[in-house]
Amino acid sequence: MSRHAFLESTLQAFTRAVSKALLSEHAATRPGLLQQLDPRVRVIGILALVISVILCRRLEAIAALLLIAIALAVASRVSLAALAKRVWLVILGFTGLIALPALFLTPGEPLFTSPALHLSISAQGLRTAVLLILRVETAATLTSVLVLSTVWTHILKALRSLHLPAEVVTMLAMTHRYVFLLIETANQMFESRQSRTVGVLSNPEQRRMTARTAGVLLSKSIELSHEVYLAMLSRGFRGEVRLLTDFRLQPRDYVGLTAFFLSSCLAVWIGR
Amino acid sequence: MVKFFVTVKSSGFGWDDEIMHIPDGYLSPSTCATLYLFAASGWYAALKRIKQLLATRAIPLISVFAAFSFVVMMFNIPLPGGTTGHALGVGVAVIVLGPWGAILAISIALAIQALFFGDGGITTLGANCFNMAIVGSFTAYGVYRVIAVNSHLNSRRRVVAAAVAGYVSINAAALVAAIEFGIQPALFHDASGTPLYAPYPLRVALPAMMIGHLTLAGLAEAVISAGMVSYLQRADLGLLRGVSGLAQTTGPLIADASAERSPARLWWAVAVLMVCTPLGILAAGTAWGEWSSADLANGRTREQIEAASGNHAPPSSVPAGIQKLSTLWTAPFPGYAPRFIKSLMFGYLLSAMFGVGLLVLASLVVESAARKWPRGTLRS
Repeated sequence: MSRHAFLESTLQAFTRAVSKALLSEHAATRPGLLQQLDPRVRVIGILALVISVILCRRLEAIAALLLIAIALAVASRVSLAALAKRVWLVILGFTGLIALPALFLTPGEPLFTSPALHLSISAQGLRTAVLLILRVETAATLTSVLVLSTVWTHILKALRSLHLPAEVVTMLAMTHRYVFLLIETANQMFESRQSRTVGVLSNPEQRRMTARTAGVLLSKSIELSHEVYLAMLSRGFRGEVRLLTDFRLQPRDYVGLTAFFLSSCLAVWIGR
Repeated sequence: MVKFFVTVKSSGFGWDDEIMHIPDGYLSPSTCATLYLFAASGWYAALKRIKQLLATRAIPLISVFAAFSFVVMMFNIPLPGGTTGHALGVGVAVIVLGPWGAILAISIALAIQALFFGDGGITTLGANCFNMAIVGSFTAYGVYRVIAVNSHLNSRRRVVAAAVAGYVSINAAALVAAIEFGIQPALFHDASGTPLYAPYPLRVALPAMMIGHLTLAGLAEAVISAGMVSYLQRADLGLLRGVSGLAQTTGPLIADASAERSPARLWWAVAVLMVCTPLGILAAGTAWGEWSSADLANGRTREQIEAASGNHAPPSSVPAGIQKLSTLWTAPFPGYAPRFIKSLMFGYLLSAMFGVGLLVLASLVVESAARKWPRGTLRS
């Protein structure tokens, strides 16, 4: 392990976030099935499918929804390798480990008993563990397919057309914009500190350094917000937010919307 | 078992770090809908309050602060013992922006994580915002104000207050999340008893969540809150004025509205409530569960007790314990009226005035004791 693993882990987290954002920006511009649909249809359709995933009570129905999600990913030219690496394996590692003890802890009919370890796997335990993992995998795949096939500004416009208050949509848009600026700023602060650190920092000194960096970032953020406010005022901002929603529904959007709703309703009906 | 949860660190994820961002699939649809409703009430109130306080400045300030919170959540915070943890930054958000601003900033950061980065679910966004932004912010605010009292902006007590506020708030949020997980198997299971969502009951979910948060996550939050307040005391004191509670300060960001508001309205509200106390006379029967030995012995009140208890008859004789304890303490105003007062309504009013007076006196004593508490005590 490095002497200053906390610095490197933070820098890696910044890089991961930026690369994730770049990947989704890149994927969203590729020609694909979802990309051809109106963003409002995409957002509503995927939301309907995610809700149907949590409404379904049968494994078969959730598995069918996972297949739909994978088919949507393939048709939208979302890389399955990227999905496997960033979504499926991560969830399997995390939710899988959380679900594992449920095999032994859930009371029910014993399926397998190990006399040596005094452990017994119940049928109910196995089902609840598979149900949890499958549900989380399917919902996350659907969300990722939406994120990877839609430009962020389009998601925001779609949210606005779903009657989310304009102020909230504006705050989401501005936050997203300044997240990358602040990541860049924090990245530079940590990198410059790393390049100037010789020897080993003690644990309390590491903590002080992290808190100081966060403090400087906070001061810079507040100053930035004042500058942004002045810039907004100079452009005539009076507290009213107006967003352009220039989407037009095409016949294919109606077909897509119907397909989304039919799949969701069918899954909920089969999985009830 | 519990150790298993706490030590899960595969794929860079840990129970303590990541489960606070509840993914889709862990909570039932009805739980998600209820928590969306709770969160929406919080967002509505916060948005209204912030627009009143900040007018046109609200949007850029909350947005940039949300971006800051998002970035701070990525910081790896070194903890005693050589390990590291992640913080939410809710303590600092509350100290700088106040609870309403913090609710919005943390919620926006969580929404960006869920909608743009796919961290945390969409159906569980309401639950995540309720736990971390609303419960977390109000807990941090309460703890910070109580501990910091009226200490100077650069006093050591504020650093301690920030640490405790961060620690308690993250644990309060984790506790609420653990309860949400823990109630799932009892409420949502199929005919064979298979839990349909989060599979662990409260007796497993509570320790599994709380051990990770009482140690690593809580400590990380305490470290970042205290460290940042300590830094700001030296470098940017103005940012701490937001919820300082000091009457003479006017914060550059969001001045605490409750501190500015005149207490006269509150006194009027207390007076109106006191005048309304005789309304209790209108209620028929006895208060359920507050029966005295006389009520249990009286035939008419026994009938009322039976009717109010789903037709379950009370015990035929007065239980020995109630009989014994009923003589232990005699209230000065039994039945909300001193013995010499004949009018029941006047007795209620007098009892209300007496009760409120005692509470005001007690709070004055506590306030005076808090003022006299030497500030240097916490330094040691």
